[in-house]
Amino acid sequence: MTTQAGAAVAHAAEQADTAPKTVKGSTKWGDVALRVVAGLVLLYLFLPIFVIVLFSFNNPKGKFNYSWQGFTLKNWLNPFKYPALTDAMKLSINVAAVSTAIALVLGTLVAIALVRQRFRGSQAVDTFLVLPLTAPEVVMGASLLVLFLDLGWATGYTTILLAHIAFEISFIAMTVRARVRGFDWTLEDASMDLGASPTRTFFKVTLPLIVPGIVAAAMLSFALSLDDFIITYFVSGSSVTYPLYVNASVKASVPPQINVLATAILLISLVLLGVGTLYRRKRFEA
Amino acid sequence: MAGVATSSRQRSKIAPYLMILPALVYLGIFFVWPIISLTVTSLSTSGGSVFLPTMEFSWKFANYADAFSRYQDQILRSFLYAITATVVCLLLAYPLAYVIAFKAGRFKNLILGLVILPFFVTFLIRTIAWKTILADDGWVVSALDSVGLLPSDGRLLSTSWAVIGGLIYNWIIFMILPLYVSLEKIDPRLIEATKDLYSSNTRSFRKVILPLSMPGVLAGSLLVFIPAAGDFINAEYLGSTQTTMIGNVIQQQFLVVKDYPAAAALSMVLMLIILAGVLVYTRALGTEDLV
Repeated sequence: MTTQAGAAVAHAAEQADTAPKTVKGSTKWGDVALRVVAGLVLLYLFLPIFVIVLFSFNNPKGKFNYSWQGFTLKNWLNPFKYPALTDAMKLSINVAAVSTAIALVLGTLVAIALVRQRFRGSQAVDTFLVLPLTAPEVVMGASLLVLFLDLGWATGYTTILLAHIAFEISFIAMTVRARVRGFDWTLEDASMDLGASPTRTFFKVTLPLIVPGIVAAAMLSFALSLDDFIITYFVSGSSVTYPLYVNASVKASVPPQINVLATAILLISLVLLGVGTLYRRKRFEA
Repeated sequence: MAGVATSSRQRSKIAPYLMILPALVYLGIFFVWPIISLTVTSLSTSGGSVFLPTMEFSWKFANYADAFSRYQDQILRSFLYAITATVVCLLLAYPLAYVIAFKAGRFKNLILGLVILPFFVTFLIRTIAWKTILADDGWVVSALDSVGLLPSDGRLLSTSWAVIGGLIYNWIIFMILPLYVSLEKIDPRLIEATKDLYSSNTRSFRKVILPLSMPGVLAGSLLVFIPAAGDFINAEYLGSTQTTMIGNVIQQQFLVVKDYPAAAALSMVLMLIILAGVLVYTRALGTEDLV
């Protein structure tokens, strides 16, 4: 996933909550053709996914897991056979969690400031926040590398963190802002008119209002960080994140465990997606 | 966080500035400053060796002329590939987004979830999967071969089309989602009204649906075009030395050759051309709000 796109995902997920509507009236055959094309595109999106899942059961002869050699369960029985792969996975999760936590504070503050009141320069801040989302990743990675070289900093864990926070802030600010826009902030006044202290108002009124937006932003930021290759590639030094491990393996040897872990992540996402849908349905019924 | 909880009457004028300050300072240091550093580097003279590269600022605009003349093939290819990928993404994504928005009924959330799901697998692993699918001994090559649709050299992998195919696949989601969002916003009664006024389906699509979905077309096109033009993974995994893009050269120059000024000049060229493209495109479509 690229940095530019996170906001679109959040926006679409939000829209999906609205009631279903169906437009009738197109001719029958046109309708069928349209559905068939849509189905084919959906199938196309899943084509590589089928290959990834299938090849997690492959028993490759050489170093590369590119052609089908025979069915085996041994990759699934030893998912953590390659310590370097596991370490890379751990590093990626670490970077994603820490960078998201920091970017979340910075990004949420900006988002709240922007939606709660107009202030001099808020328009400019708005425009400025979009800029990092329009810079190609290769330029962002390269420019950060130049900065770290100028400063004489060794690239590694810290520089990866700093880079990830940089691309996450805008995206978190945009997502949170989209979710909390249109909230009635006078509720805070009401709370204090009724005698609540500012702290109590914050925890009882403000926070519950903004939490769904923050959660959505955090999840997408985490996913973007976990998947980032291009920017990380420039600023990683000798540290190896999960995507960097995958890239290095393409040049040396591709163990099927890569497919096993990818399939496992996919299954977990699928379960979360199902749980989320059920939870939402239950909430609507209640 | 005390500032958040103050009432509007008490809200001070400086509270919003205090809230935006940390992020702005951060982006100043880790976004604006790097871009300035990059600009300075692009105008410097390189010296030293691969192991200890040095550079000196010297208003060397020749770096830009060199970047254009030495890498014009890659520059041209990047934009050709990115434009092709954007157009194909639009053609593939529109029917799907349309069906999700208007025809999916109660399956809408499910289909939307399914559309997003493949993108939970790391981008690199999906690209490796395409390597398997397009391989010389794969079923796609043999299927195309049997119907005589295969290009003359009998390969799919390592061709321009494989690279463009990879670009399409990796960014099509960012066309589907904004299109869906803008189609979803259209009031179905508007479409019914066109029917009541005896408009044909084609006509109501052309006169009502398409114009109203333009913000989605615009946003989707930019979200596909920008990353595609700067990508180097698809060209590296699915292409050959004949299909390298600007991203490949920038990456090579920065991390292998370590000719920082040349690489920086090329990065600036990429950014400026993208910026110009975006301006022309938004002007041509006549809309400025991005979803």
